[in-house]
Amino acid sequence: MASEYILELQNVSKRFGSAIALRDVTLRLRRGEVHCLLGDNGAGKSTLIKTLAGVHKPSSGAFRVDGAAVEFESPRQALDRGIATVYQDLALVPLMSIARNFFLGREPVKTRFGVFPALDTATMAEVAADRLRNMGILIRDANQPVGTMSGGEKQCLAIARAIHFGARVLILDEPTAALGVRQSFNVLKLIHHARDQGISVIFITHNVHHAYPIGDTFTLLNRGVSVGTYAKDAISKDEVLDIMAGGTEMQKLMSELDGVAV
Amino acid sequence: MSRQPLIAIKEPVADASAAGTARAAAPERDDRVQQQSLLHRFMGRPESASIAGALLVFAIFGYAASGSGMFALDGILNWQTVAAYLGIISIGACLLMIGGEFDLSMGSMIGFAGMMIAIPPLYFHWPVWLSVLVAFVGCLALGWLNGYLVIKTRLPSFIVTLAFLFILRGLSLALSIHFTNRTIVSGIGALAAEDWLAGALFVGTVGEDLFNWLAAHGMVAMTSDGTPVVHGVPKVILWWGVLLVCSSLVLSFTRIGNWIYAVGGDANAAKNVGVPVKAVKTSLFMFTAFCACLFATLQVCDIGSAAADRGLQKEFEAIIAAVIGGTLLTGGYGSVVGASVGALIFGVVQIGITYTDANSDWFRVFLGLMLLVAVIFNNFVRRRVTESR
Repeated sequence: MASEYILELQNVSKRFGSAIALRDVTLRLRRGEVHCLLGDNGAGKSTLIKTLAGVHKPSSGAFRVDGAAVEFESPRQALDRGIATVYQDLALVPLMSIARNFFLGREPVKTRFGVFPALDTATMAEVAADRLRNMGILIRDANQPVGTMSGGEKQCLAIARAIHFGARVLILDEPTAALGVRQSFNVLKLIHHARDQGISVIFITHNVHHAYPIGDTFTLLNRGVSVGTYAKDAISKDEVLDIMAGGTEMQKLMSELDGVAV
Repeated sequence: MSRQPLIAIKEPVADASAAGTARAAAPERDDRVQQQSLLHRFMGRPESASIAGALLVFAIFGYAASGSGMFALDGILNWQTVAAYLGIISIGACLLMIGGEFDLSMGSMIGFAGMMIAIPPLYFHWPVWLSVLVAFVGCLALGWLNGYLVIKTRLPSFIVTLAFLFILRGLSLALSIHFTNRTIVSGIGALAAEDWLAGALFVGTVGEDLFNWLAAHGMVAMTSDGTPVVHGVPKVILWWGVLLVCSSLVLSFTRIGNWIYAVGGDANAAKNVGVPVKAVKTSLFMFTAFCACLFATLQVCDIGSAAADRGLQKEFEAIIAAVIGGTLLTGGYGSVVGASVGALIFGVVQIGITYTDANSDWFRVFLGLMLLVAVIFNNFVRRRVTESR
């Protein structure tokens, strides 16, 4: 039972009609590691996450959780196994309060006056503020609307929510893509924090500068094929960048651009 | 896996300890929350502007209509009744708007429901309670159909319900002509008063004994024949109150209320966290239909007749009341208390203007201006809420 890997894709392919989105991809996620999934646009990152999240079923290959084969029919089932995906849109409602967003769809209810099933607003505000504080985010009031938070704080709220509701594996879809330098840094800190709590993280990005400092392992995707998985001590940042962008091709392009600049 | 990479993120670790010190300072920040004054918190509520508007309207009419009897007991019940009718449908419109949709067929549904209630007892000898029941079932089915079509076609509810505005108005006319050869069906009042269900719930007033007692002790004015000027509180006002309290509690303190805000604020996000978006929206369409039918039932029982043109433009009045009450046209934000205050402003202005020397044509001008100011203000509120600080 105690498999070394919490999540495992082995030789997974995914076809949509005649289009091949993923071909023979193998990805192994160790317990408590941050596994960076790198690739340029169209590399198959989204298809891979959606396969892990239970949105798509692999056309062929094995999908194992805790060493046992699984076949998810819906994202809900993946969630029940503790695999939570935070997509780029974050699934937050800007006009609603932090506390209400935190518990949206899973609100705690307390019976008032013997009959009235009321929201337990005190617990909601308390827990939401507490979980965010654990992430190093201080909020003035859990009843303020989410719309007043910064992009980085919203990302953190979405992640904190996933962790609170029992995520063992956190799949983060480009969490730093829309953020500024400082906010990206806060999200990276949060990923670090999640790992400290024993949560395994799959961090999808095309930004090597964000992935390299935080990642333990790197899987590189290119045109639906895994180019390889590397432990951090086996590869340098420049090498990662090279492989991602297609190596020599990129160097050629760079030199061309340099030529223009000069 | 080694923890080697941690070395590479020295800065985050250093910063984490900084966060630790900030955490120690957390109680100070919590204190600041308590310093927020009650006034400040009140200003942050969606209905605050409408309450201020209502006070302004009361002040204006208190001055302009002083000594006219507008604020005597019978005068109060006069404009309260107008406000209560509108309040009932504005609560439905408000909840639906918070849920991100519109229902323009409400006004037509009032006319249609009125005919469904009045024609069967008069022409087919149904008991009134049965025709009322059938009207409610029919309206709920129409509300469900509105919701189903909006969700299935993914068209704006504005268009789908606009179609039903015409369909239902046309049906009311065509069917009443077909069955009765007229567009105003009267004579239902006596039947309704005798009916156990309609008589108990919809016809007349409550609290007659109280008013008689008050009159006998000189606290309420009496007419020359010794009965109090006010016989009791019209039941429509009680219905409005009950509906207001119930919907307000549901909206603010239950899971359903949370889901209503969520489907209007961002339906996709709501769906992704497991909120049953379709069921919530369909129920809201059914609730507005329920409110329209309740309006029609009370009106038919009160006036004693049904007419095919009843409820004309009521859909707009309901939406205006909701908007004056702070509900956003784009959904996700608002309050039924605000919508009810909006309806109250409507009632005060519409009836109050007849107590003054002003020409009652100014009523619409005033309402239009009120709406404009409310929309501009709401837009400002939304920007303040959704933009990062």
